[in-house]
Amino acid sequence: MQLINKDLVGLEGVSAEEIAHILDSAKSMKDYLQQGVKKMPQLQNKSIVTLFYENSTRTKMSFDLAGKYLGASMSAIAASSSSIQKGETLLDTGRTLEARGIDIIIMRHPMSGAPEFLGRNISARVINAGDGMHEHPTQALLDMYTMQEKLGRLAGLKVAIIGDILHSRVARSNLHGLKTMGADVTLCGPGTLMPVEIEKTGVKVTYDIREAVKDADVVMGLRLQLERQKSGLLPSLREYNELFGVNSEVLKLAKPHALIMHPGPVNRGVEMDTDIIDHDRSVITEQVTNGVAVRMALLYIMTRKKEDIV
Amino acid sequence: MILIKSGKIADAEKTYTADILIENGKIKQIGENLSAKGAEEIDAEGLTIIPGMIDMHCHLREPGQEYKEDILSGSKAAVKGGFTSIVCMPNTDPVIDNAGLIAYVQERAKKVGLCKIYPTGAITTGLGGTQLTEMGELKAAGAVAFTDDGKPVSSGKMMRNALNYAKCLDALLILHEEDLDLRADGVMNEGYYSSMLGLRGINRAAEESMIARDIALAESLKCRIHIAHVSTRGGFDMIKKAKARGVSVTCETMPHYFSADDSWVVGYDSNTKVNPPLRTKDDVAAAIEAIKDGTVDAIATDHAPHHVDEKDVEYDIALFGISGFESALSLMVTHLLPAGVSLNKIAELTSKNPAKILRIPGGSIAEGEPADLTIFDENEKYVFTKADMVSRGKNSPFIGRELVGKAKYTVVDGVIKYKES
Ligand SMILES: [Zn+2]
Repeated sequence: MQLINKDLVGLEGVSAEEIAHILDSAKSMKDYLQQGVKKMPQLQNKSIVTLFYENSTRTKMSFDLAGKYLGASMSAIAASSSSIQKGETLLDTGRTLEARGIDIIIMRHPMSGAPEFLGRNISARVINAGDGMHEHPTQALLDMYTMQEKLGRLAGLKVAIIGDILHSRVARSNLHGLKTMGADVTLCGPGTLMPVEIEKTGVKVTYDIREAVKDADVVMGLRLQLERQKSGLLPSLREYNELFGVNSEVLKLAKPHALIMHPGPVNRGVEMDTDIIDHDRSVITEQVTNGVAVRMALLYIMTRKKEDIV
Repeated sequence: MILIKSGKIADAEKTYTADILIENGKIKQIGENLSAKGAEEIDAEGLTIIPGMIDMHCHLREPGQEYKEDILSGSKAAVKGGFTSIVCMPNTDPVIDNAGLIAYVQERAKKVGLCKIYPTGAITTGLGGTQLTEMGELKAAGAVAFTDDGKPVSSGKMMRNALNYAKCLDALLILHEEDLDLRADGVMNEGYYSSMLGLRGINRAAEESMIARDIALAESLKCRIHIAHVSTRGGFDMIKKAKARGVSVTCETMPHYFSADDSWVVGYDSNTKVNPPLRTKDDVAAAIEAIKDGTVDAIATDHAPHHVDEKDVEYDIALFGISGFESALSLMVTHLLPAGVSLNKIAELTSKNPAKILRIPGGSIAEGEPADLTIFDENEKYVFTKADMVSRGKNSPFIGRELVGKAKYTVVDGVIKYKES
């Protein structure tokens, strides 16, 4: 099966069949990894570049491992590299990469829509590794993979996403993906960090963390950028933790088997208390492992040509 | 001599079919079965003739930003779009804030000689918002109005001074209404689509709060104001109510505010990035209602050409602005006629009212008047493409869209300045 769109810029508009296919393939990839198979030939002769305009060791390393395990030739362009610093436009950079015969560009960019803009202008396939406040589809795929693996399904799950929804591409991708897969999503955060009219997507919005977490199957925290306080969006981190921090008291309201998730890195004592991060129901570390498998699956699917598919 | 045969003539008052005879730049005669020996004939059967359109809000970028547009390329685009007169904004480089630059624009316009160009002068020197320009001298030199367009006059105290000073000169202020602090780094309308796209939103209150301030000032000081590019239902409502109270306020809206909404930003086409931003479907409906009920006095383009390198970038860093001359008339025909807006109303909003507000010639088709005419086919369907744009700026969100209505001839002072080839 192929993805319908050339680029993966977000999970908005990606079908349930496509998501299920990626998650299924990720399962096979994880099986290989668990058997200790870390050299596979599927992506030999494929060249993949990571084009990161924002620092992110975690996501970049995850894609790098995924590509290497499948035998792809991986290269990296970082925001600090010379041509980007010289003021070369995104379009110039993309066209140069295309001329070098790159098959896939994995891109992170601080501005929403940059991967879609680039993908529209070049023939190489683009995977969004996080753009501004828009989407971070592979993070949501690995989150959904983790939920499905631990809870056996996605349909009907009650997922509470708590924190800075406004600036969160992880929240947006999860919202789209989870809704497509039939889960119930509740968003919770301070009014200053809640996108306007987000309830039109069919999610529930509440400013009361207790209401959000009540009977939840999944409690997902989001990273709070600490500079939000300085920009006038929050009175204090203390009050933020008081009103929106996930702690053991709040967690009692969730279902007994509820998973604790966070895309990381976590600000301990701000959006989550330490005992929650290290809780036995916390799958935060497993999210990282699953990230590699999901990204392997995606790279594999996106490098198949139509004629390769039996 | 030009003889225009059998056109459907629509001015602000009436629609009828007749021949128009033009001599020495003026309309000599209007009637049936006219003939004139040696006259150049335009067969206007099946075509519609309205008084030459006046665009009371455009950016020609000269002096200083000729890489975006200049008076020649802008004039070519204007006459191709059916405009016979255009009013250019002073946010050039340098800013048109002295009589010398007014004269410069007038001389260049004369040399180019395509459409009539009326310059405006800045309200504050360098658009700096702190020092009034010499409006008296600027007005004497030919500035038809004053505006810091591109920027608001942020200080209420400064606006009060500007209004009081303009009043003593009987000068018109055209106001770009925007609370810059509230707009912050927003790039599109704040709403569902900004939330989905992860783009920073511009709350409608950034525009409406400043409209409210300036209506209150104009009302208390008994001054005349013209609100530029109104884009929200709330803005139209306030202006409607102010007019009902007798406040001396007029306003304009642009074709893009009644033709496109913020859902067009999906896909991050930076040609949809404009200030004020494309609003919601409800605001589009409000713009059409306001056009029908008389709240809107003029339709102008806010023609804002940019270089491709300033638009072919990430949405956040693309410049605001739509290149609008060539699509304006088509958008009116496409979106206003089917909504029940008459040709007479379009003639009123594109010529009679702008002429009245700015006290410049034009706005009617009558014997003895200057022969400024826009002749178009109101039925022609076509796909608007870059090739339809002679402006240097090809930044239009309407590229690729099917539109109805197209200018065929533009006549300025009795001379055919544009003819579709
Ligand atoms: Zn303006």
